[in-house]
Amino acid sequence: MTERLLDIRDLRTWFNTDDGMVRAVDGVSLHVNRGETLAVVGESGSGKTVTARSVLKLIDMPPGRFAGGEILWRGRDLIPASNSEIDKIRAREIAMIFQEPMTALNPVYTVGDQIAEPLRAHENLSRRAALARAAELMRLVQIPDPERRVRDYPHQFSGGMRQRVVIAIAIACGPQLLIADEPTTALDVTIQAQILDLLNDMKARFGMAIMLITHAMGVVAENADRVVVMYAGKVVEAAPVEELFANPRHPYTQGLIRAIPRVDAKAQHRTRLAQIPGTVPSLINPPAGCRFAARCTFATDACVAAEPVLKPVGPDHTVACIL
Amino acid sequence: MNAAPPLLAVRGLSKHYSVTGGFLAREIARVHAVDDINLDIERGETLGLVGESGCGKSTTGRCIMRLIEPSAGTISFEGRDVTHIDGEDLRRLRRDMQIIFQDPFASLNPRHTVAGIVGEALVIHRLATGRRQIEERVVQLLETVGLRSDHLNRFPHEFSGGQRQRIGIARALAVEPKLLVCDEAVSALDVSVQAQVINLLEDLQDKFALTYLFIAHDLSVVEHISTRVAVMYLGRIVEVAPARALYDNPRHPYTKALLSTVPIPDPKLKRKRLVLTGEPPNPFNPPPGCHFRTRCPLAEPRCAEIAPALLETMPGHMVACHVTG
Amino acid sequence: MPGSTPASLIAEGPEVFRAPELVAGPRLSLRRQAWRRFRKHTLAVASLFILGFLVLGVVVGPLLWRVPMGAIDLSAMLQGPLLDHPFGTNGLGQDLLARMIFGGRISLAVGVAAMAVAVGIGVAVGAIAGMASGRVDAALMWLTDLFLALPQLPLLLLLMYLFRGALRAAFGDEGGIFLLIVVVIGGLRWMSLARLVRAQFLSLREKEFIEAARALGASRARLMLRHLLPNALGPVIVAGTIEVANAIIIESTLSFLGLGFPPDVPTWGHMLYDAQQYLDSAPHWALIPGAAIFLSVLSINFIGDGLRDALDPRRVI
Repeated sequence: MTERLLDIRDLRTWFNTDDGMVRAVDGVSLHVNRGETLAVVGESGSGKTVTARSVLKLIDMPPGRFAGGEILWRGRDLIPASNSEIDKIRAREIAMIFQEPMTALNPVYTVGDQIAEPLRAHENLSRRAALARAAELMRLVQIPDPERRVRDYPHQFSGGMRQRVVIAIAIACGPQLLIADEPTTALDVTIQAQILDLLNDMKARFGMAIMLITHAMGVVAENADRVVVMYAGKVVEAAPVEELFANPRHPYTQGLIRAIPRVDAKAQHRTRLAQIPGTVPSLINPPAGCRFAARCTFATDACVAAEPVLKPVGPDHTVACIL
Repeated sequence: MNAAPPLLAVRGLSKHYSVTGGFLAREIARVHAVDDINLDIERGETLGLVGESGCGKSTTGRCIMRLIEPSAGTISFEGRDVTHIDGEDLRRLRRDMQIIFQDPFASLNPRHTVAGIVGEALVIHRLATGRRQIEERVVQLLETVGLRSDHLNRFPHEFSGGQRQRIGIARALAVEPKLLVCDEAVSALDVSVQAQVINLLEDLQDKFALTYLFIAHDLSVVEHISTRVAVMYLGRIVEVAPARALYDNPRHPYTKALLSTVPIPDPKLKRKRLVLTGEPPNPFNPPPGCHFRTRCPLAEPRCAEIAPALLETMPGHMVACHVTG
Repeated sequence: MPGSTPASLIAEGPEVFRAPELVAGPRLSLRRQAWRRFRKHTLAVASLFILGFLVLGVVVGPLLWRVPMGAIDLSAMLQGPLLDHPFGTNGLGQDLLARMIFGGRISLAVGVAAMAVAVGIGVAVGAIAGMASGRVDAALMWLTDLFLALPQLPLLLLLMYLFRGALRAAFGDEGGIFLLIVVVIGGLRWMSLARLVRAQFLSLREKEFIEAARALGASRARLMLRHLLPNALGPVIVAGTIEVANAIIIESTLSFLGLGFPPDVPTWGHMLYDAQQYLDSAPHWALIPGAAIFLSVLSINFIGDGLRDALDPRRVI
């Protein structure tokens, strides 16, 4: 039996705003096994980023608050944990990288110092030893000429190189889980492929699990082991990647897969793309019943009447749809 | 080739930016954002223009729109040189060419209502007069792009990204243009909404016989919507071909690499990916010869000496490469 | 560089808080919406009442309080507030309420008019510089820096000294001084506004909606008046309200130095300065005009804040 590193159960992260309570994450359950890549896929407003940030408690409170649920990290609930306990887990056990490599680095410190910082904080290395490790890590993430570049500042790096620096910082203390929030969205396709290859390489080398937050189904297909599809603050489907693409059960998942134009399909030019009508519902007063019902072509009265729960439909495959 | 001139012809278009510094603001470097490019867009087609950030594709679009003054070259619309026209002539050209933008948040004036935004062109070009007439036409335009008449007095912030993009399209359609430049028009949208907007653009093209210049970095979207595709790298066009031919039979090594890095939503497909090493060189000092040679797996000594010209290797398929061309 | 970035905006972040589509319903007129946004600002609404009361007081006051402001009564010197002198009296036994009412007319008018002059010049210079760029911009910014570098108070005094006589002859005693004070204060306080407007214009000009308007064929005047100025307005309103306060205070400085209104014409600032020798024996003499200046300046600032939000349709009610 594989070990569940991270087990999120019925998490609810809500935000108090002037307009009302935003239920950004509203009853999300998912888990990450040791050494696997779990992709959390969804559109804007699906709650995928808030879920990821909740794990490391990177939510501003207020306006945010945990309205329920558990975040079990290797069996221990992080929600009641104190800040100093979370600090011990951050970087050393769970690391996180973000979408914008431009803003994730502090412009007034050299990249070497920034990579060395977690090492000095968590592993009590001297500055000299930490900088030597920083150069090693830069070599590991394939930044050319690391001994020299360790003294450079972030603005001297291109976007792709900065994301490599961010990854080097994240893996510096050898975390068991890396949460990557849209790590390639801001990058060009050729650079995107390099970064994803690098992440997969790090995963293979260190046996680190990755929670990959993304909106791109293509990225999911090529990098994930398992997939969780989120919509309007809820999980609508979860399955191993091949199963999900071969046999998507939720109408939203089906729509997402079909809505993408594909370069590999023949004679598909100018055939209409499958589109999902409408837009994501407001999370302030989410519709009763299934939140996708208003955009779903198969919706019936029963969908609006009761909220569907995740049910198993195959090995490791669950779906929240009554149909 | 057709006897009639293409709708839009671009010849030798260049745009340089000077980087000044030091004493008396001397020019210390020059960025060739767009470097001597040629393009034809035929009536009714969709020309896709793809490339990575900084390759000059948006600058090209803005030069064609006469939003940026080109440093060199000519732009002809319906056979007429429009590179340097101004005043009333330029205003009349605006009715023939319109643009829709990437960012659905920044491209609409936050202080104007939808009626004001879509109706502005009608007022500027006196295409409708009087409140009633303008309003009627705006409602008609909104319905064309799939919005409702009760959206008229709302402000942009009340809409989702996809709906804002529809407002931007309605604004562009108000003058009944012949050419529509779509600058990353769907890049900022969610997948499901992106499909809605792509379908809408295709429907509008059929309905109003529009010609598109579709600028994007997403190859799968470009291949889906385009008749022909031009690939840009560091200010130059490296390959132009009919969409299908480009994807089935890419000739330029950069196009090949670009295609092989597009993620495909099919986990069973295990492709041999051609991941490019390195990054695009600094546009301040592009390498002499072929700009791509620093990352090219096939580079030969001659690539460093002479920049390859864009030559037709097969009917309608043009490549700028010494090795594969 | 204007090259495109593929940076997608699909980030979730604050987007979560934006209701994708409001429920359809009857829409309020734009003016009603602005008023609703203004009303959300409790302080601004309270300030509107306070300022309204002050303005009403100085306008209709003389009709209700008929004690002449110049009448000297040496038997009632430095009296505290009493029934026949609700605000007390000054060192000459003159009624302070009557003087407050008359002085308020001048002080408030000077404040608002000088602000209007400063905003007018500042917005014009800033807008032209921000619109033109290149040489015109450089020249205008050079002019702005020049004005900023001038020693303000000596220049103020010099200008007052030079033109006082001529304007008094042309527009009468009070009218001439009023005009001079307003123009001189406004003419020396527009620089920060000009820089503010220019900076706003420069950042707005890069926005895609400005490009879209250019692509539609909008003229430069239209770009400026319909697109750039309304979007640059928020900070200008706030800075403008501060100018009102400044003008009231500068006017009192001038009066104090004998270069403003004649000594027998009371303004709030002038009264404050007159009172300072008597702070021990008659604190009310200073406190009353002080409170009036304080209240009007504060309420104008709050109204400015409220106005900025009311005019911004992005503020969700």
